[in-house]
Amino acid sequence: MSGAGTIRRCAGTSTPLIDGVEKVTGRARFTADLPSREALVGRILRSPLAHGAIRGIDTARARALPGVRAVITGADCDVPYGVLPIAQNEYPLARERMRYVGEPIAAVAAVDEATAQAALDLIAAHIEPLPAYFAAKDALADGSTLLHDNKPGNVEREVRQEFGDVEAGFKAADLVREAKFHYAEVTHAQMEPDCSLAEYDAERDRLTLHSTTQVPYYVHLMLAQCLKTEASRIRVVKPFVGGGFGHRTETLNFELIAGLLARAARGAVKLELSREETMLTHRGRPETDVRIRAGVKKTGELTAVDCEVIQRGGAYAGYGLVTILYSGALLHAIYRLPASRYHGLRVYANTPPCGAMRGHGSVDVRHAFESLLDEMAEALGLDPIELRRANLLEAPHRTPNDLQVNSYGLGECLRRVEQASGWRERRGKLGPGRGLGLACSHYPSGAAKPVHWTGEPHAVVNLRLDFDGAVVALTGAADIGQGSSTLIAQVVAEVLGLGVDRLRVIANDSAVTPKDNGSYSSRVSFMVGNAAIAAAQNLKKILVEAAARRLEVSPADIECLGETYRVAGTDRTLAYAAVVAAALEDSGTIGTKGTYSTPPETHGGKFRGAAVGSSAAFSYGAQVAEVSVDEETGTIRVEKVWVAHDCGFAINPLAVEGQVQGSVWMGMGQALCEETQYHEGRALRANMLDYRVPTIVESPPIEVHIVESRDPGGPFGAKEAGEGSLAGFLAALTNAVHDATGLRLTELPASPDRVLEALQAKRRSERVKQARTG
Amino acid sequence: MGRQLLPAVESNEHMKHLVSFIINGRQREDAVADNLLLLDYLREVAGLTGTKRGCDGGECGACTVLVDGEPRLACLSLAAGCQGRSVETIEALATSGRLSRLQRAFHEKLGTQCGYCTPGMIMAAEALLRRNASPTEADIREALSGNICRCTGYVKIIESVRAASRNE
Repeated sequence: MSGAGTIRRCAGTSTPLIDGVEKVTGRARFTADLPSREALVGRILRSPLAHGAIRGIDTARARALPGVRAVITGADCDVPYGVLPIAQNEYPLARERMRYVGEPIAAVAAVDEATAQAALDLIAAHIEPLPAYFAAKDALADGSTLLHDNKPGNVEREVRQEFGDVEAGFKAADLVREAKFHYAEVTHAQMEPDCSLAEYDAERDRLTLHSTTQVPYYVHLMLAQCLKTEASRIRVVKPFVGGGFGHRTETLNFELIAGLLARAARGAVKLELSREETMLTHRGRPETDVRIRAGVKKTGELTAVDCEVIQRGGAYAGYGLVTILYSGALLHAIYRLPASRYHGLRVYANTPPCGAMRGHGSVDVRHAFESLLDEMAEALGLDPIELRRANLLEAPHRTPNDLQVNSYGLGECLRRVEQASGWRERRGKLGPGRGLGLACSHYPSGAAKPVHWTGEPHAVVNLRLDFDGAVVALTGAADIGQGSSTLIAQVVAEVLGLGVDRLRVIANDSAVTPKDNGSYSSRVSFMVGNAAIAAAQNLKKILVEAAARRLEVSPADIECLGETYRVAGTDRTLAYAAVVAAALEDSGTIGTKGTYSTPPETHGGKFRGAAVGSSAAFSYGAQVAEVSVDEETGTIRVEKVWVAHDCGFAINPLAVEGQVQGSVWMGMGQALCEETQYHEGRALRANMLDYRVPTIVESPPIEVHIVESRDPGGPFGAKEAGEGSLAGFLAALTNAVHDATGLRLTELPASPDRVLEALQAKRRSERVKQARTG
Repeated sequence: MGRQLLPAVESNEHMKHLVSFIINGRQREDAVADNLLLLDYLREVAGLTGTKRGCDGGECGACTVLVDGEPRLACLSLAAGCQGRSVETIEALATSGRLSRLQRAFHEKLGTQCGYCTPGMIMAAEALLRRNASPTEADIREALSGNICRCTGYVKIIESVRAASRNE
């Protein structure tokens, strides 16, 4: 799979995004920017209640309003949808029951916004309130009303897993510690609000949907399912997308509603959600409680971990069971951990459904784990970095839960941040209120088994070469700003020895591009990158053979120098254009294909839930945060972050830096200030002011060090770079706060009120201690 | 957004007035409703979709444009309020099809990832550089404090603005 023997000048070179010019000139068309003058305006009526039985919805008056072209309710779609084939329990519009404030219950298409709004006001819903639960413990309580009749106790999924001899591990430990943590729910807050443009061709019964999605293929599947139509009658296009972070990794209700509305109205409907509606659509990281116990030897080696996780998953399944499984699985594959016990509970509650958010399932548990390690290092008198060094893996390594680690650069990551941050010289010496903290993290490079197991390869890339000499890459990989289209151009150009400007990438139009599972679980660089290399190698073979025919030598004698093909050891050459012309003779337009499938040995174990967490490669990261804490106001300021990320090989170092900085920073948002909040199920922060993402003013310099461990299965050795460094920030921060103040923060975000409260509690207990000893 | 109006709804419409202003250097005259936001005017009447809507009003900075050279949120400005003024949007920055210095810096230094905050971010930075060609990092942070980016952590945005400033 390696590109050995080619001219390496594209892969490994910092490359501005191939669609960057569109972005900086305003020419990039996002879904809401698409020409749609003739489209009707779609609007959604949302549930005012957190839990209720729908006794009837009267739409007669709305339908009678002039200018209204369609009104739909749950009665118009009786097919449930959901990203996991085994957990589809959501309808585009609620039927029989509504389970959270903001759940869609009806929708209209009208000639303009005012008419659409007026129509919504004319819809009368008769709802009988039901008991509602906003905390996992209340939903779990005996006698609670069930949100879903087939889920006793409101438990969506309970996971119990044990690997190795946990009790023996704790017995062998010199120190056993336990800690509890609480994490607020956080959400993606991607900059582009949700939007779909659905165009129904009544004459031919066909639907075209443009949408803000990371997973056009899943949207396509669910549209066909919910509209009860052939998938071939549907075309899904993903235009420019303004970020995702997991919000868009499953089909969302508004996309299906747009399709249903367009068909009902027999025309085009644009459904543009407000910021508030976008945030109610949610799918973020759940409110989580973690209890974790670990045993270590005096020298720092871990002997066992026991971890319990409770997640408030919201009203519907979504990705929930994957999240709760990830939280257990990813206890492993970062350190040598001989034994683990995991108990996970994913609980239904009357809040907007949670889902996948950057660092899916790994973040909160990683914070708990890394906090506890810091505390135990202190108790043992060990440097936190040394404690982690005592637990490093050696690749290849198979974990007790059957994860396969084929490359591992964590040791190098630690060395880099230790040096860059001046850890040894500076830690503990920065004066009062200022401190350094360290933590590590890791993440899969794509799930080794896809959500929809069809037996197909994980990724397919098509290349097309025609008279103009441009190589056109056709891909279903969804570029949502991370730079996947640029990466595909780079690796294809690399294999062919061409410049990136010879490449054009056409992405995400189901009428043209091959199916791709989409942009989630950090799968694209690894899987689509490998498929793109394979497609390029197939094209190169055709070009080399054509050059050989024209130069009347054997293909083995041809050297590909990109813009020139040469008979090895001679000065007989053929220019690229002539090679292309030779290749097109007789055959006409050339198409090649490349595919990628994960190796079977990376598919995980045989136990229930084993597929989640398994990956062909894991990224690793270590980071040090420097903070200052104002003990009067409880305000934490992050002064600087040093982060080292092992991405295997940086195909685009510029993009890797950008991804790592974005990850660290998003971790900072969760650690410092971000939280959704509900009052009796009503969202209190569904806007960009109350949901506080850090501004440029409080965002620190983030110094990125790229570590390249060269994964044997990665494209040129590459692994993921877009998620792995998020989880590490949270504990780097709280460990730094401990260094600065002696405080162990166990509740995030560390907002000033929480920090002040913790500081006061600490002072109280110190006074009590002093009084007792004095 | 297809705002063809039916008589039933037209009675709810606000009064329209003829407004003349300069949009990206070109004189325009349009009948605009008194309550039409500059953002909706730019996107739906003038067809300039480079200016983005990221929130429900004044929260995110994505719609930042220049009005008489000053950064303004188009989602909090009325089109009618721009009578006689000059409005500049992201579409105006490139001259003769070539990127401006600031645009080029955002492109080459990855000051843009998904690109959604980018037009507003660049317009806010443009206003800064016109008033202060050699800003300090603190100046840059202050000038862009109303513009949220969810992708970059702002590190490469600051680098981009610095690269486009005179002291680089």
